[in-house]
Amino acid sequence: MSTTGRTLAEKVWDQHLVRKGEGQEPDLLYIDLHLVHEVTSPQAFDGLRLAGRPVRRTDLTIATEDHNVPTLDVLAPIADEVSRTQVDTLRRNCEEFGVELYPMNHAEQGIVHVVGPQLGLTQPGTTVVCGDSHTSTHGAFGAMAFGIGTSEVEHVLATQTLPLKAFKTMAINVNSSDGTLRPGVTSKDVVLAIIAQIGTGGGQGHVLEYRGNVIDNLSMEARMTICNMSIEAGARAGMIAPDETTFAYLKGRDRAPQGDQWDSAVTAWRELRTDDDASFDRTVDIDGDALTPFVTWGTNPGQGLPLAGNVPDPAAIADEGEAAATRKSLDYMGLTAGTPLREVGVDAVFVGSCTNGRIEDLRSVAEILDGRQVAKGVRMLVVPGSMRVRFQAEDEGLDKVFTGAGAEWRSAGCSMCLGMNPDQLAPGERCASTSNRNFEGRQGKGGRTHLVSPLVAAATAVRGTLSSPEDLD
Amino acid sequence: MDPVSTHTGIGVPLRVSNVDTDQIIPAVYLKRVTRTGFEDGLFSAWKNDPSFVLNNEPFSRGSVLVAGADFGTGSSREHAVWALMDYGFRVVISSRFADIFRGNSSKGGLVAAEVAQPDVELLWKLLENEPGTEVTVDLREKTVQAKDITVPFEIDDYARWRLLEGLDDIGLTLRHADAIDAFEATRPSRMPTTTG
Repeated sequence: MSTTGRTLAEKVWDQHLVRKGEGQEPDLLYIDLHLVHEVTSPQAFDGLRLAGRPVRRTDLTIATEDHNVPTLDVLAPIADEVSRTQVDTLRRNCEEFGVELYPMNHAEQGIVHVVGPQLGLTQPGTTVVCGDSHTSTHGAFGAMAFGIGTSEVEHVLATQTLPLKAFKTMAINVNSSDGTLRPGVTSKDVVLAIIAQIGTGGGQGHVLEYRGNVIDNLSMEARMTICNMSIEAGARAGMIAPDETTFAYLKGRDRAPQGDQWDSAVTAWRELRTDDDASFDRTVDIDGDALTPFVTWGTNPGQGLPLAGNVPDPAAIADEGEAAATRKSLDYMGLTAGTPLREVGVDAVFVGSCTNGRIEDLRSVAEILDGRQVAKGVRMLVVPGSMRVRFQAEDEGLDKVFTGAGAEWRSAGCSMCLGMNPDQLAPGERCASTSNRNFEGRQGKGGRTHLVSPLVAAATAVRGTLSSPEDLD
Repeated sequence: MDPVSTHTGIGVPLRVSNVDTDQIIPAVYLKRVTRTGFEDGLFSAWKNDPSFVLNNEPFSRGSVLVAGADFGTGSSREHAVWALMDYGFRVVISSRFADIFRGNSSKGGLVAAEVAQPDVELLWKLLENEPGTEVTVDLREKTVQAKDITVPFEIDDYARWRLLEGLDDIGLTLRHADAIDAFEATRPSRMPTTTG
């Protein structure tokens, strides 16, 4: 690491150093916020119980039910036995260990990565962990946030620290002539383009810092979408330096600093920028003027193209391995090389997830759907990222727009992003999804996923084929 | 994790080599939400055989497993260690252990004692001729003793130290509890909390 100027990531790391590791030992870092959910926590709590250890800082720990919860009939007991057991176990564990829990039907329940920011718990310069890879979302606030495994969940519950090995830094500069994106282009398109450029392993071992005038002009929610998918580029974390947009988002939120503390917080947060003389291990430049709506055609998030493109032809790919991988993906996806992506028809559209399940996402979808209808034969699910998002959308009348257009309006949860609840694709079904992973079977066994922005999802729902708003009348 | 310095318990002769972790506990038993209760999956494929050693008294009450070479190969599942410990085993003796299993053992508090194959044979004969014989494993002296047999065993120094001190990964971090306390004392009061 640099001895002169420091990057944002290095500053946050240094501020949380409990103990510098000796020799091969990792550093011990303090964790400011630990988010817990029902899937990756049961063995961690059981480990504490076996060792007779308490949760060290219940006041820095919060739990919510998200991965398994149904988004329909939410007042009835969960029908699936494994799901019900996991949710019940979380409730018992939180009760026993004194951890605050937002269960199903609680006004604060929702996807863990939507809940943290909306409460104002996710703050600049903090360290945030969760037993979920999309914890990178919180990096949008200038926090260092990463997903951890179950044994690490137990470690953080017991010690509020984590032994961590040093990382490399990567700057991702997204600039355009006037700092804006073309109409119909969103932060989801930006991150899909980044992953397509650097690959699903491109960020390995690195903490990414998204910079440039395009990033500066994005809203907090749009920034969260970008940081959320850092993990899809293989990165340890993704961060954006906090600025006035960040402070404005946080001000007045339940858990944000109040009164005098707010002023001292903002003063400290303004220091959280990469120094001018700091250096990154690697730099990637993205031309914001060239970005157009982006969709994935394959079975990993790096297999994406501009919507205006055609399904790639394996025969035209020189690299043998890549050609084989492309063939395999196309086979699973049921796509023919050369087909214009705009002609690919879908059976389902999913709007939601920790990537694109926030209020701005729902507003942009409603704007497209208003006065239009979901195409015949297409099933559209709109799943808010949290109960707060749901209530806000209903206050704004968005739910009426969705149901009026023929979409289903659901309760909060991870839902069809990973199909741990009943919201799944049938084998062979094709879905335009605002989520983050297009792996084989991710949305249901045999299901086919195209990752898209909320705008593309909405336009696709109306036309029945992959589309952007400019394709609509 | 409780510190272990010596352990004494009934020895169980398992004359099988290459016991992989799928045999120790099949994947179907891995869906639980707990870290305990895996004993019902231990060696489940062999449990239908009435002659299987753990189906017979007094071996069913054993806590020192004396197995053939290459114990714990295959899948990295930590559940293999949990299943052995949940059943009541505290020591496994073999002339060779798979690396991952050996690492998982010291994490979980199970002593994986490496004993030369001729000495394993001696123990097998004794335990088969005199069922219920107690075996004492002394981690300080690195010896296995049963009746008039005393043989040495090997275990790597780091694993031995962790077992003697009763340190798992969390225990290791908690040795720096003072540093954690000191760090916490310097955190600004404006930092967010989830309660109150």
